[in-house]
Amino acid sequence: MVSEVKTVSGRGIPLVGNDIDTDRIIPARFLRSITFDGLGAEVFIDDRHQAKGQHPFDQPQYQGAKILVVNNNFGCGSSREHAPQAIAKWGIAAIVGESFAEIFFGNCVAIGIPCLTADPSVTKQLQEILTDNPQADIKVDLETLQVTSGEFEGAIAMGEGARMMLTSGTWDACGQLVAQRDQIRHTAAKLPYVTWSKLAS
Amino acid sequence: MSKGTLFDKVWDAHTVGILPSGQTQLLIGLHLIHEVTSPQAFAMLRERNLKVMFPERTIATVDHIVPTENQARPFADSLAEEMIQALEKNCQDHEIRFYNVGSGSQGIVHVIAPEQGLTQPGMTIACGDSHTSTHGAFGAIAFGIGTSQVRDVLASQTLALAKLKVRKIEVNGELNPGVYAKDVILHVIRKLGVKGGVGYAYEFAGTTFEQMNMEERMTVCNMAIEGGARCGYVNPDQVTYDYLNGRDFAPQGDDWEGAIAWWNHIRSDVDAVYDDVVVFDAADIAPTVTWGITPGQGIAINEVVPLPDGIAADERAIAEEAYRYMDLQPGKLLQGTKVDVCFVGSCTNGRISDLREAAKFARGRHVAKGVKAFIVPGSERVKKQAEAEGLHEIFLEAGFEWREAGCSMCLAMNPDKLQGRQLSASSSNRNFKGRQGSASGRTLLMSPAMVVAAAVTGQVTDVRELI
Repeated sequence: MVSEVKTVSGRGIPLVGNDIDTDRIIPARFLRSITFDGLGAEVFIDDRHQAKGQHPFDQPQYQGAKILVVNNNFGCGSSREHAPQAIAKWGIAAIVGESFAEIFFGNCVAIGIPCLTADPSVTKQLQEILTDNPQADIKVDLETLQVTSGEFEGAIAMGEGARMMLTSGTWDACGQLVAQRDQIRHTAAKLPYVTWSKLAS
Repeated sequence: MSKGTLFDKVWDAHTVGILPSGQTQLLIGLHLIHEVTSPQAFAMLRERNLKVMFPERTIATVDHIVPTENQARPFADSLAEEMIQALEKNCQDHEIRFYNVGSGSQGIVHVIAPEQGLTQPGMTIACGDSHTSTHGAFGAIAFGIGTSQVRDVLASQTLALAKLKVRKIEVNGELNPGVYAKDVILHVIRKLGVKGGVGYAYEFAGTTFEQMNMEERMTVCNMAIEGGARCGYVNPDQVTYDYLNGRDFAPQGDDWEGAIAWWNHIRSDVDAVYDDVVVFDAADIAPTVTWGITPGQGIAINEVVPLPDGIAADERAIAEEAYRYMDLQPGKLLQGTKVDVCFVGSCTNGRISDLREAAKFARGRHVAKGVKAFIVPGSERVKKQAEAEGLHEIFLEAGFEWREAGCSMCLAMNPDKLQGRQLSASSSNRNFKGRQGSASGRTLLMSPAMVVAAAVTGQVTDVRELI
């Protein structure tokens, strides 16, 4: 079920603005559930409601888009994985932005969604391209670290560890981690607080 | 690259190995879970036929969805009831220690773990909650994770992570009267920005933090994440040890001496190397209040809401958005702005010392007409202690509501919510759009003392006027 993520191609959707937090991506009232089901319909719900149909996630020209182009500090705030889950369930498979909040970035990797950083000149140009021509195809390449759309070419970046996990198909780390059981027990046994711990009693 | 810091030492001691991706497989010494971010992780375990590897190293409580008025089961909100039942069942099935409502030890996860001595120096601590940074106050490396990572910790007690850089944030000197730990961290975030800490762990050092008690240090570390830093910590010292001594899960007897030796050993070396150092003077910090929609949009109480010209170019768009959303005038003081709701509580400021400070300003005064004001203790133990000290009577006489423990209106997953465009004076940690339960509700972050000052005057007030 885990697959390699080397390139993502498709139409894009621009979302302009810095510091778009996880409460805006998915308000807390939608976290009252024991599954991630149905979150795609609720992504950015309050922003969309306030934009009265003019939010990119509601605009007809961006329906079916796969690549989200954002600005600075996207996904700041809470650790809720519901945020990337909601974005992914709406249809997004990769995000390009100037910077990402750390926990959001890690949550995206853990579900196979690459978050690529780029200079503001690149994200702004991409957003302009997508505004002028919503049908434009974009390609995000995690191996050449380039984002392209028609004539446009821009450099993108990603931490090497996360990039390797995506391109090698090991972004779901669980199996790899569990396989190290013996080494995990060995490391735990050396920690002084595990020895004096009263947790087992 | 940092060297010799507490972060480096604790990271190294918990490194299981290096994964093929180059990331570190890091052992998690203490895993905390709650009802919001864990049910899907347990479902993933079931799908993969995996067991919890070290059930004794995961501790559960219920906090986000707990009603703070009527806690009778089943909860009035059927979705909340479903969530607490899922947690009850998962903990039972996997033999995980669970502090349920009514156990006497339930509360906000970041309040109960420290108060029981579960949180200790030198540990790695993870929880599906961004405010896990709180536990760094003890000299632990503590950070928030998502649900897939909760699954990984349950299954393997480890995580795949890239190491962070370390920035020392030094604050020196005594805080002025009316200035609290909350003001210090709001000041730091204001100066370094909400994304300034991305990629860093924050080490809070200097005499100001050394002089703080543990609960004040927790307030500071709690909001490291609001500055973009996934974790923040203070080196453990005698204040830490005195706080821990005798608590339920603290080491005892011979172990205690061994523990202190190890805790002293993991402190950052005097010649430790940092990736960055920033220095502040405590004397420059005033009671601080946010005016916008990010925790970095803060001002000293005697300053005006900044004019667009005074805002850095790349911050201007979010400032414009904040003016519109908050309906506050640039160039004007926040002081005197009428408030609708006043909330004291949360993992930032819902501990006993916060309630004592709040009570000091509530004593002999009364909540202003038309203001709804309520106090939510961070845990059942905090509530019990406050009642033993008679604080609840002071609050009730002053017209505050006195509630049961939980996260409450910090994020409004329970019935405590703003209505419409209400303006809230809040001791919590986030002033994001819609954060407190109304899509158009507005939040001003401040210290508990400032919240009480706002409640009794009905408007944003400099708490120093009440001293």
